[in-house]
Amino acid sequence: MSAELINVCYIAAAALFVLGLKQLGSPATAVRGNLLSATGMLIAIVVTLFSKGILEFQWILVAAAVGALIGAVAAQKVAMTAMPEMVALFNGSGGVASLLVGWAALYNDGNTTFTYITILLSVLIGGVTFSGSIIAWGKLSEVMTSRAVVFGAQRAVNALILIALIACGVMFCLEPALDSPYLYAMLALSLLFGVMAVMPIGGADMPVVISLLNSYSGLAACAAGFAIGNNILIVAGSLVGAAGIILTNIMCKAMNRSLANVLFSGFGAVKTASKVEGEVKPISAEDAFLILEAASSVAFVPGYGMAVAQAQHVVRELGELLEGNGAEVSYAIHPVAGRMPGHMNVLLAEANVPYDQLIEMDDINPRIGNIDVAVVIGANDVVNPAAREDEHSPIYGMPIINVDQARTVFVLKRSMASGFAGVDNPLFFGDNTRMLFGDAKASISAVVGEFKG
Amino acid sequence: MEAVFLAFVLMLSIFLGFELISKVPATLHTPLMSGANAISGITLVGALTSAGAGIEAMATILGAAAVAFATVNVVGGYLVTNRMLSMFRKKEGPPPSTGRPGASA
Repeated sequence: MSAELINVCYIAAAALFVLGLKQLGSPATAVRGNLLSATGMLIAIVVTLFSKGILEFQWILVAAAVGALIGAVAAQKVAMTAMPEMVALFNGSGGVASLLVGWAALYNDGNTTFTYITILLSVLIGGVTFSGSIIAWGKLSEVMTSRAVVFGAQRAVNALILIALIACGVMFCLEPALDSPYLYAMLALSLLFGVMAVMPIGGADMPVVISLLNSYSGLAACAAGFAIGNNILIVAGSLVGAAGIILTNIMCKAMNRSLANVLFSGFGAVKTASKVEGEVKPISAEDAFLILEAASSVAFVPGYGMAVAQAQHVVRELGELLEGNGAEVSYAIHPVAGRMPGHMNVLLAEANVPYDQLIEMDDINPRIGNIDVAVVIGANDVVNPAAREDEHSPIYGMPIINVDQARTVFVLKRSMASGFAGVDNPLFFGDNTRMLFGDAKASISAVVGEFKG
Repeated sequence: MEAVFLAFVLMLSIFLGFELISKVPATLHTPLMSGANAISGITLVGALTSAGAGIEAMATILGAAAVAFATVNVVGGYLVTNRMLSMFRKKEGPPPSTGRPGASA
């Protein structure tokens, strides 16, 4: 195949990526959009295999078979609750692939200084994406502590790494060689930098980190595209880069924090919330059932705790019983509920909740005063009124779902420990709040049992 | 000149990306992310060129490793996105929802 024909096919692939992303904009067309995008990918791969430059196929076949097997098995086996970990690992694998492509581009003929710079950039971004994603995966799967790991000289160390990276990059470009020690130093420092960048970020900030690493994996592909002078890598990589940046921005806004604040300060390290005092009013499953039975509108507000308790299926069952009982049921979802953007939506969709019942924060808040019962399941910070009222709270200013303004609030909670950010939640002491203590799944099942019994 | 041309492509794609993605509703953010992740596996195209060029053993090894990682991304990314998206159903949607009790509209 001639180079021109291949490039024409790349244009078709790019168009399919764009159309695919466009159709991802609505649940009704999203499946088709994903197929279009996959078709674009298939076209790009097949025409590349027919290019004159490819002489040996045995390594490609072995490597692709191994990769495809791992990818397919992982995609089929992963539980929806473990999706954030999965996406973190996929981000990392994209990052390391771009790093390797950049590195291999060193062996091409006729590289200019510009090419060397882009090669170093793909090594740097790819390396940061890879090691950062591995740390993010460790935090999400709780292989390591999910708390922010902060030490005194952190900023100084990071600044030193950054200076060393730039120095090594300059030295390499002055004297490019395949086995230059500066190249290996760049590799090691990039990986170290990724680790250092994600370590100080706590578990509750993971939606931001995953979005950002997603963006980096695209930018790494983009840099690799410059290194080998390939348009389709640049187009597809920058589409992904832009997608990740937008999600990062949405997540930051939903926490009322700047990206710099998320990246450089451990959560809750600066301010301490005023302690709220009061008495919690526990409620039994029987009483909860009586109130729910009389309710004409119910909103479920899920958080990460619902994923941990695997309670999404019983929640849907309760929702359907309530609907059968004549109540209007909705699911109010905060943008940063869970550990990645849209995490709760996927869990509820898995449990067969129709997507038109999934309501965004900005749509539920104006009418929350008319909701008879708001049921908070494993969410804490995203419904904490201190974000509105207490200027000393670390989450002050963060937009929340105002469940405290609903007529009655049920809070499902394992016990009386404070939530992830370690802030006290005045919601628990509200006059209209009732606490349903215990495992979320067991509590909801008990209420469902009352309905059926 | 080549570099300027590529930078031009980069600039337009970034703007296009912003326009496309800012319209995606929050409900679909997770599939959007995994779908975008699959697209970033496009680096496979570069990996294929390195692995198959057959110039140097080292370039072939690096390329082959890149092929393996990028294929994980492409295959895993598209499959998992498809799996997630096919779970999103509208209320009065097609019947595959197997007999949900009390789901009256």
